Amino acid sequence: MLEINQLEKSFGDTQVLTSIDLSVKPGELVFVIGPSGSGKSTMLRCCNRLEEPTSGSILLDGEHVTACHGAALDKMRLKIGMVFQGFHLYPHKSVLANVMLAQVKALKRSKPEAKARAMEMLEHVGLAHKADAMPSELSGGQQQRVAIARALALDPKVMLFDEPTSALDPELVGSVLKVMKQLRDEGMTMVVVSHEMDFAREAADRVVFMDGGVVVEAGTPEEIFGNPKSERLRAFLSRLHPSDA
Amino acid sequence: MRFLDTFFDGAVMAKYLPDLLSAIVTTLWLSAIIVVGGLALGLVLACLRTLGRWYLTLPIVAFADIGRALPPLVVILIFYFGLPGLGINLSGPMVLILVLGGVLAAFAEEIFWAGLTAVSKGQWEAGRATGLSFAQTLFEIALPQAIRMGIPPLVNRALAITKMTALGSVIGVKEILAVSSSAQSFSGSATPLTMAALAYLAIFLPVVILSRLLERRYAWAV
Amino acid sequence: MSNFIDLFFNVGIMAQAWPLLLKGLIITLELCAVVIGLGLVGGLLLALGALSPSKWLKWPSVGFIDLFRALPPLVLLVFVFSGLPFAGLELSPFMAVVVAFFLNNSAYFAEVFRAGIQSVPKGQTEAARATGLSKAQTLTHVVLPQAVRNVLPDLLSNTVEVVKLTSLASVVSLSELLYSANMARSVTYNSSPLILAALIYLAILWPLVRLISRYQRGLAVH
Repeated sequence: MLEINQLEKSFGDTQVLTSIDLSVKPGELVFVIGPSGSGKSTMLRCCNRLEEPTSGSILLDGEHVTACHGAALDKMRLKIGMVFQGFHLYPHKSVLANVMLAQVKALKRSKPEAKARAMEMLEHVGLAHKADAMPSELSGGQQQRVAIARALALDPKVMLFDEPTSALDPELVGSVLKVMKQLRDEGMTMVVVSHEMDFAREAADRVVFMDGGVVVEAGTPEEIFGNPKSERLRAFLSRLHPSDA
Repeated sequence: MRFLDTFFDGAVMAKYLPDLLSAIVTTLWLSAIIVVGGLALGLVLACLRTLGRWYLTLPIVAFADIGRALPPLVVILIFYFGLPGLGINLSGPMVLILVLGGVLAAFAEEIFWAGLTAVSKGQWEAGRATGLSFAQTLFEIALPQAIRMGIPPLVNRALAITKMTALGSVIGVKEILAVSSSAQSFSGSATPLTMAALAYLAIFLPVVILSRLLERRYAWAV
Repeated sequence: MSNFIDLFFNVGIMAQAWPLLLKGLIITLELCAVVIGLGLVGGLLLALGALSPSKWLKWPSVGFIDLFRALPPLVLLVFVFSGLPFAGLELSPFMAVVVAFFLNNSAYFAEVFRAGIQSVPKGQTEAARATGLSKAQTLTHVVLPQAVRNVLPDLLSNTVEVVKLTSLASVVSLSELLYSANMARSVTYNSSPLILAALIYLAILWPLVRLISRYQRGLAVH
């Protein structure tokens, strides 16, 4: 479904990503872990070209994401939903208008149609009752769930999550993870960059460990957490849970 | 070629350069007095307003509002043509200094005051709690912060108002625009106007660029 | 005192001048509508140019903005009105004012828009582009509404400045409010028409000036 081939990215003289290969199957949840600065977010942002890859290719359902420009790229982005660490809801628009905007302007849905779909998605994330609220009236967890609904309403083929819970207070993390779990159970293809290791253990089909801009190790959660092969991964995991080590 | 002759005629330039130079001097000293006087008056008014006495606040706010709402040229004409009827004869430069200095003071008062109200209550309380008097807290703690915050808007406003010294041409002040306008009609060439534009650019373009640098430097304060 | 009232607040003369001033006011308002409209559009385009990643757009835009921020508007007006005819380009007073103030205002509005657009976090653009909105859609639906809201006080105070600026049109004999009032003054040898013009300007602009102060205070509190 989503295929990353030999992806490279450098900022000026600094190489951030080196020959990344990753293939995500339909309905799969791929979890990406690694220390900060390892290039996880950059890789994710290359997938919808918020970051321009230096070389390599990215394909979605056999179509080149890396080869399209202008309007074609805008169309392609409709198929790739993204959820950000900082939510980035539009503060000047109501929750409902946030979820409707791209449906109307980019997908060219009629307003009633967009509204119905938006309400359906808000219902899905448990926030239909907040449709008329402004983003500033919501908690962080609620804002993030609206951001998920905003992406889902465009019927994406794959969802990218860039540290979706890192900006949340601990007690609000659960509600967002619950929605993500539910999505996974419905068969959504997902790539998640996050530090929620318990969630990775519980929900991921595959875990990818990145460090220094390369994929160091990949495997099932059992393999990665239970039987880490590389020294770097072992060091990373022991830093995360000093008590477990 | 015809364009160059019309707007950059060397002979005309040479002929009127001395007049223009003395006009530049006039513009500069008028600007200096207006900026210094206007800022000082604005600062004094903002400080008086912190005392919170209605009989001070009311006239200060009225002055600041009227100074910001009235077109300066209207006031200049009233002072220059109206006051002699009361036996008050002010020279053109004097009118310009009073009106533009007053307008700058009105804006400066608002900017300083906005800065003073933005300095948090905690700062005032910290000052008073450490045994400083009201005046000491004002001058040592609140005002330095307010002035710092106010620098970018003050530079922009001072620039806009010193550019208005060109209004002096309407009441016979021999500043740059007046001198070049009359040179233009005597010489029958547009060259003196070009010279005026260049003179203004030489004076004000550095200030515009300075304001850009200041804005970047003080960006954190806003 | 009665002399003062007779010279400055002569109700009879004000009543006499009223129809003339009303005509002038209408021209002032027309001028404001045209000049503010053009200034907003020009300013937005210039701001987008100044923020463009392409240096071919960026530097000419920044140069244009700085050039016309450095030139006094009256100098620009005199240049357009009296200078351009030498190049065979003769404009009516109204057109000359529109052209000169368009150049001046768009430079000032551009600075306001630029600050506004820069105040919108980058994540907003990224989120919008990630949902498939085009650059233009992102600008109109996501960035600009927030940018305008963030700089509303500056947009307002710039608008006030433009209204005041239109009084300079009197210098090129455009019969707007101030020109009409000064005409009435020279005919009646009495300053009351100028005072009446000042009161009209105050009636229009004082509420806006108050609003701006209120806004700035509101921002300071947060």
